Order: sequence, then C-alpha cells, then structure tokens
Amino acid sequence: MTDVKRLTAFLREYDGPEAVLMEVCGTHTAAISENGIPALLSPKIRLVSGPGCPVCVTVAAYIDRLTELAMEPNTCVVTFGDLMRVRGSSRSLRDAEAAGGRAQMVYSPLDILSLAEKEPETTFVFAAVGFETTTPVYALLLDTLIAKDIRNVKLLTALKTMPAAIDWICEQRGGVTGFIAPGHVSVITGSDIYKPLAEKWSLPFSVAGFSGPELLYAICRLILDRGKGVVTNCYPSAVTAGGNETARARVDKYFRPCAAAWRGIGVLEDSGMELRDEYLRFDAGSRGLVTDKLAVPGCCCGKVIVGSMSPTGCPLFGKACTPQTPQGACMVSLEGSCYNYFINKRS
Amino acid sequence: MKITLAHGSGGTSTGELIEQVFAKAYANPVLSRMEDSAVIPGASRIALTTDSFVVSPAFFPGGDLGRLAICGTVNDLLVSGAEPKYLTAGFILETGADTEDLEKIARSMAETAEEAGVMIVAGDTKVVEGKGEIFVNTAGVGFVAEGVDWRGPNCRPGDVIIVSGNLGDHHAAILSRRMGIENDILSDCAPLTDMVGALHRGGVAVRAARDVTRGGLATVLNELAAASGTRFLLEETLLPAAPAVRGLCGLLGLDPLYMGNEGKLAVVVAPEDAEKTVELLRASRYGENACRIGVVEAAEEPGVLLITELGGQRVIGPLFGEGLPRIC
Repeated sequence: MTDVKRLTAFLREYDGPEAVLMEVCGTHTAAISENGIPALLSPKIRLVSGPGCPVCVTVAAYIDRLTELAMEPNTCVVTFGDLMRVRGSSRSLRDAEAAGGRAQMVYSPLDILSLAEKEPETTFVFAAVGFETTTPVYALLLDTLIAKDIRNVKLLTALKTMPAAIDWICEQRGGVTGFIAPGHVSVITGSDIYKPLAEKWSLPFSVAGFSGPELLYAICRLILDRGKGVVTNCYPSAVTAGGNETARARVDKYFRPCAAAWRGIGVLEDSGMELRDEYLRFDAGSRGLVTDKLAVPGCCCGKVIVGSMSPTGCPLFGKACTPQTPQGACMVSLEGSCYNYFINKRS
Repeated sequence: MKITLAHGSGGTSTGELIEQVFAKAYANPVLSRMEDSAVIPGASRIALTTDSFVVSPAFFPGGDLGRLAICGTVNDLLVSGAEPKYLTAGFILETGADTEDLEKIARSMAETAEEAGVMIVAGDTKVVEGKGEIFVNTAGVGFVAEGVDWRGPNCRPGDVIIVSGNLGDHHAAILSRRMGIENDILSDCAPLTDMVGALHRGGVAVRAARDVTRGGLATVLNELAAASGTRFLLEETLLPAAPAVRGLCGLLGLDPLYMGNEGKLAVVVAPEDAEKTVELLRASRYGENACRIGVVEAAEEPGVLLITELGGQRVIGPLFGEGLPRIC
C-alpha cells in the first residue's frame, strides 16, 4: 500500500510538461474507469483511448456481411455479445435477429462446436474479430474442426494486429507522449514487439497489467521515461520479451498477414490476419470487406478510436448516442471509449 | 420497435419498455410510483405486486424455478414494508414439459411459501406449443402496518446504505451452470421474511429498501438515488462478494455490482439506526454477511459514486443494455 500511496502522490502532484498517454487496449480503458484512475491524476496528465477495442475498429462492410449471413436460410451467426448491437451501414445483428434472422451469443468460440454438432444442416458462422490475443483461439477451433471433420462451421474474419496501427497513430498525431501497451496482446507477441516503434518515434511504451496499482506504475514509468524510445515490461507476471511462440506458430499455420481495414483509419498494410488459401473452405466471405459507410452522419467514432477526439467532443455523445441508443461501435462495446466515458461520466 | 433480449434484462431497456408500453397502458397513480409493490388503500393498507419467472435452467445449484417464483414476489412485498399474505400462481407450460419437473417445482413453491408465511390462494395454467419449458407468474398481496412508509423518495443526506450479504451469488450460480463451469457457488434464492421482520420488530427507521435482483445493486441504488434526488456514495472495499464469485467475475469480465441476487436486501436507514440494522440483519436467517457499504449525500446531480480501492472515483450507472442472459 505504501507503494501505491507513493505512486498516487507522484501522479497527483506531477507538474511537468503535459503528458498525453494513450492506452491502446480496450480492456485497459475499462480498467482505468473501474479503478477510478482519472480522478487520481494531476491535470497535467491526460489519458486518451486508442484503437484497441476489436469491436470498435470493425468496419461497416464487415457488420453488413454478418447481418446478410444472419438472414440467409439455414445459417446462424455466432458471436461475442458486444458485436450484436453494432450497426453497419443500416442495421445490427440484433436488428437482423428481430427481423427473422438468426444470431447467437456465446462466451467462447469453442461453444460453436456443440451448436454445430446439434444442427448439422445449419451453417454456423463465427464472427471472428480480435487482436493477437484472440486469433490463437480461432486456430484451436480450426484444429478441432479439421480433427472432427465438422463441415458446417465457417469464420468471418476481421483479425487485426497492433503494431501497424500504433505506427499510424504516431505518424498522424505527434501529441502522444507515451503508450500504455496492451497486456493481453503482449502475452502472445512479447514486449519486444514494441521496440522498433519505441526507437523509431522516440516514445516510451509500458506494457501494463490490469489492476489499479499495475496501471498506476505503468503511467509513472511513461512520465519518467518521456522522450526515450524504451519499452518497459510492467506486467512481468504474464508477459515475456519473446511472447508465446507456440500460440504464434499455431496462428501461422492457418492465417497469413494481410492489409486490413480499420474504422476511422482506413486500410493499413500488414495490420491484419486472414485465412491462408488452403483453408479458404472455412471462410464465409471475409476478403474485401473494407468500406466503412456508417449509417449515422456525425458519428465521430473514427476520430475517437485514434485518440484525436475525446468521446465528449463528439456532437452526438450523450445526446443521440448513449449506451441505450448507440450510434457508433465505441458506445456499444463494454471496452469502447465512448461507453466507458458515458457510464463513468468521464470528461 | 421490435422486442429484443435487452428488453428483458432488468436494466434501462426494460425500464423503457415498461414506461412506453405498460405504464402508458395501465397508467394510474399507484402504478406510476414504480415501487416494487403497489401500496394501496383498502380495509387496511395493501401492497400488491406481480412477477414472472422464466429462468433457464429451471433447476440450478441452490434453488429452482419454484422457490424463485415465491421469493421474487414475497421479497418485492417485503421491501415495500408489507407483510406478505396471499399469492396467486399462474403457469405457462410449453408442450413437452415434464410433469415430474412440474411437481418438483410445485412442491418447492409450497415449501418456500410455508417458509415465507404466505398462502397461495389462486392459480391458473395455460399450455402453449414449444420446447418443453415451464414459466411461472406469481402475484402477491401483503398488508402494510400503520406508520410504515418505505419508499425511494424518503432517502436523505446522512442516511446509511446497508446490504444483507454477498453480491451476485444467484447470477453467478446460473451462469456457471449454463456455461458448464464447475464451482461451489450456490444461488442465494431465499425469502427476506426473517430479516425484514427483524427490522420491523427492532423499530428501525427504514427510509427505503429494495431486493437486489436483475441489474444488480448498481441499478437498485441508482433507482433510489434518482427517486430521492441524492448521491449514494459507496466504498469499494466495503462491498461484500464471495471469493468464488469475484473469481468468476474476473474470468468473464463481469462486475458483482451488476450481478443479480434473489435473496439480498439493500436498505437505507437513518444514521443513528445503522449499527442496530447491521446487528439485526446479521442475527437473521440469510443475513450473516450484512454490512454497511456507504452513505447518502446531498448532490446537485443524483447518482451513485464509488470510491475505488485505490482512492479514485467511479460513477456507477444503472445497467445498460441486456447485461447477461435472463436469470429469473
């Protein structure tokens, strides 16, 4: 507790040049709110949310394809809860469901196996969104599908990798003085993956855990290391320098790097993963889903995701756009920055 | 507007549906108070409430649909300050439902009714085509003694907020069962009869009470704060939850503040009665983990604020969206 007291005292009393720190990961955004951290920081320290919520960075074309699939006969879209409510260019999976389509929420991609076994005549399509952390689970799912010769499961992929997006943010903005690097992603990638970015932009990266004290420590490091191109692993209980090679090898078996479309950013080279050609029989039409025509004019999700606008700066925030009536993905996902700012009344 | 699962969550979508459809259709001065029971004048003062139970699975660790159907309605009457007296029971049975299951449920209802000291005095059964599920509706009548007035608007600055035990047990038990996660978590499904009786007998100055069900403590306290125009200030370190429930929440990214119970009381009392309330609850059946969790403050903007373990602040809103699958 003494350490926590020292950390909070340092962060409360900090009076140096303004620090703008981006938490890249959506789970960090949620953990920062849950721990009430903004209220503990000096006004000279500003936290901005980055593009690390997988649901929030998914483009409209992908949601449109999902809703299309949900309406097809003998087809059921299977997904994590958050994605049910995100609107594409016209509607969400929930809307499609209410209109007679079929979509089902699960807690693990592996839940799709029992669904598929019970209804062999139905094609189950998993909405495979996620970052480096989630992709190995899809690889495991593919292992099982092949081993058990299950043919009525497919993936609609929107898989992203983090470094290219961080690089893009550094290039576009210049205001960020340090990155709270994602904890879960780093378990797979290893903390060394941020070294080239840190050196290229002379910015510090702290790989952080998710408890309050872990986050406070990571924030302190970024302030102390301002201007230095260094990576500090503040989450050594789970993250190593090299990451989880076994998981990466499993991913590499089924997926290959590709250009990917990010909401608010556009298409970035080498920022996603797609099924290799030899496994395309498991694909439900993922390639080429790049357009991002949103249903709602005025929605600033794109700017919020890259940290160039605070959620409260969006004209729709808290008015037309609330968790009850989300206009953009950032207000839907429990990890979305708008959702977190709204429910925790952050400003 | 189409009905979606969010409308059954107990959170704000449910609130909107109630407001837009039922409150509009049945508008009357009693219903529009939106308390857990309608307290109405009669031979003496009468409390009246109804609830439907559609939990899946119907049998779960620590309880079943029948026990739930009694506790849900009895507890709504109790937290309105009433002494529950009579219940009705309506069954909607899908074709294919098992009569053995139905008997178990009926027996469980009878046992729980006896424990809660209420009589089931009317009933109804309908059958519809379906997949063999059983749904139950119960309505209940209770009598409110002279001078008892437990309502949200009564909460005032200085009052103390108390809960009768660990948060989230019922929700965690149902979720574990559905997801095939093995653990020792049992539903806390129980009538609050003994606890509420102790508060009456002890002469505690209760301002308002709620049973913590769907939407969790966060939603319940937001309702009370909004009704009284005050701010409820909670301390994270005081919030009670069983380690197994905390573990499950951590695993699934859930928050015990938003997880439902079926046998827990949230009660706001006058500051001078706070200590006595905790003692009375702890000495009552199902109340052994009762504790004080925060205070009511004056505020320009009503709501619920949590002082986190780190000493930070977090605004606790009501449950938005559908939260989790239906649990009662």
